[in-house]
Amino acid sequence: MDTIERHAPASASMYKGAGIYRYDDFDREFLRERVAEFRAQVARRLAGELTEDEFKPLRLMNGLYLQLHAYMLRCAIPYGVMSADQLRQFAHVARTFDRGYGHFTTRQNIQFNWIALEDAPDAIAALAEADLHAIQTSGNCIRNVTTDEFAGAAADETVDPRVYAEIIRQWSTLHPEFSFLPRKFKIAITGAPGDRAALQIHDIGLTAKRDAQGRIGFEVWVGGGLGRTPILGFRIRDWVPEDALIAYLEAILRTYNALGGRENIHKARIKILVRDVGQARFAELVEQEFATLPREKFRLDPAIVAAIEAHFTPPPFAAVPDAAAALAGAVAADAEFAAWVGRNTHAHREPGYICAVISLKPIGGVPGDCTAAQMDAIANLAEQFSFGEIRVSHVQNLVLPHVRQDRLHALWQALRPLGLATANVGLLSDIIACPGLDYCSLASARAIPVAQRIAERFADLRTQHDIGTVFINISGCINACAHHHVGHIGILGVDKKGEEFYQITLGGSASNDAALGDIVGPAYAYDDVVDAVETILRTYLAVRSPGEAFIETYRRTGLAPFREALHAAA
Amino acid sequence: MPLLDGGHVVEDPWVLVPDDAPFPADAPALVTLKRLPEARRPGRRLGVLLGPASRAEDVAAALPDLSLIAVEFPKFRDGRGFSLARTLRERHGFTGEIRAVGHILPDQYRFLLRCGVSTVALPEGADPAPWQAALGRFGVAYQPAAAEEAPLDHLRRRLAAP
Ligand code: SF4
Repeated sequence: MDTIERHAPASASMYKGAGIYRYDDFDREFLRERVAEFRAQVARRLAGELTEDEFKPLRLMNGLYLQLHAYMLRCAIPYGVMSADQLRQFAHVARTFDRGYGHFTTRQNIQFNWIALEDAPDAIAALAEADLHAIQTSGNCIRNVTTDEFAGAAADETVDPRVYAEIIRQWSTLHPEFSFLPRKFKIAITGAPGDRAALQIHDIGLTAKRDAQGRIGFEVWVGGGLGRTPILGFRIRDWVPEDALIAYLEAILRTYNALGGRENIHKARIKILVRDVGQARFAELVEQEFATLPREKFRLDPAIVAAIEAHFTPPPFAAVPDAAAALAGAVAADAEFAAWVGRNTHAHREPGYICAVISLKPIGGVPGDCTAAQMDAIANLAEQFSFGEIRVSHVQNLVLPHVRQDRLHALWQALRPLGLATANVGLLSDIIACPGLDYCSLASARAIPVAQRIAERFADLRTQHDIGTVFINISGCINACAHHHVGHIGILGVDKKGEEFYQITLGGSASNDAALGDIVGPAYAYDDVVDAVETILRTYLAVRSPGEAFIETYRRTGLAPFREALHAAA
Repeated sequence: MPLLDGGHVVEDPWVLVPDDAPFPADAPALVTLKRLPEARRPGRRLGVLLGPASRAEDVAAALPDLSLIAVEFPKFRDGRGFSLARTLRERHGFTGEIRAVGHILPDQYRFLLRCGVSTVALPEGADPAPWQAALGRFGVAYQPAAAEEAPLDHLRRRLAAP
């Protein structure tokens, strides 16, 4: 039944997920060196030769956090792209070193919450077997670059962002100058006009685009970030030519490394520097640095771009006609399938293909959690239906990017018994929630149970479909890991004299129309927050114009009707 | 203090001159930025100690007279010195000795060298072994840096054994 075997030309028999950057001996040598270094560091720590203070930045450079109950290992999934074999390796790590599951994050990584320090080097060595690692998933360095989960597949894409994401990944790996920055540094890149990578809440956001001659360049956003001082990034340059990309990134990073705040951890992100010196002055400083950099040294040679591009050649798509009619037939015959297709797919650029989203938000589940058995099953399905390729989305779902439309129904049927066919992408139960007080040592309140209770309150999917697209984001503290400021409905856990309270914001967005939400009023107690969310959603249903999405209604009406309803309900 | 050069402990000929002390008659003098103007004299081997907030521009005019620039790391987490060293090399073409002083970990040694640092002042009694080990550990890197390395392509290069 395998599309690849049945339809692919013979030359593709070696095909093993072309959408993945495949390591060569050089890359593997590097990873082996890195594992050896980390093993030695853990040994020095266990032997007492390193203090915890000295060990901390070293373990953080390898993605090892100390959480409430245990160490947590955050593994990189570079720009959210992985192969079936790699997903199986994560399943293996989950089974062998953790409690049988992993947690996909908003930065397209995977976290294991129960790793013993002694085991960490072995877990990392196991990852390296599948060309995986945990480098720079934490610490004050350039973190895993994120991108559009439909990269290389989306119908509206103009430039494949994976190529540049990989270039940035390589360039930033163990960067000698930028590994001890004032604070963490996050870069996102997209190659489509529709922003699916939340560019404006990143330290640097890049849009790859083409000029009239078809040459590639980048629009650059800088200074975005959430946390306790949420700020949206500003556009520092409309066009950086492809060959100057690395030089321009060096100029921004060097300006930040030299001038960024280092006294107060809460004032150390680049957004604060930009705010303090002003956007215009910051841009001037970057331009000065850019002008004096040895450009030839940093020139991104088109030959290198071509070499990396070769890793991302399209898979051997079958020449099939668009199956819209067949799909429409299946949809008409089965309302449940219709609901899933309506919410969990995205247009593909190739005729006859479609992107399928696997929701990791079952009603009552933990957002982003996936068991080892599910990972293995998804890996198998990726091989059967999507050329062995899987993506992690920045809203903690998984994507099979290249599914034949005429096989979509078969995929859906295979997902159902696995509990992976929830038709709720973009609906209110597709909640982004951080680990909160259940795991995180910084938390003020729980986040996961709030997400579960909201989903359970609206367990009837028909109501959810009626409400339509609404993004709910729940952070367990002011650090805003679940991006509550940019949720259509944002929920922030706060601690009031030892009790959990929740502040609600409305109207945030992380897309092209990026905005920070407005606070509706006083915070709600744990027991009342779900009622408040229900009141907000019922108010929307009452005041919306026909066909108007939640965020559109909010932009039209502002806070007033929601405030009134909440006040009346209190 | 032991001075590390290429992984080996070497003799340190430099004398750090406190701000209130006279300049030594014939030893090379390491002075603070404040005293740099009065310390410049033909024939004197001169070095300057730069605090973590210093910029390369602060000493740019004096570079022809300088044989040594010591860059201070107040805490190993404070990475400003990496940019400072690299700017001195790449933008200002400084070819003298750049020395890292302060709180530095062996794990940072390769990074320092790649940013153009030549020597590291170790705390009294420090064991050079972990520093030597750190040098041996990485043979490959993914980006151009200030140090001369053998590029494999635009991004990747093989680091020379020290
Ligand atoms: S938002 Fe707060 S509670 Fe949630 S993961 Fe981040 S630090 Fe932890």
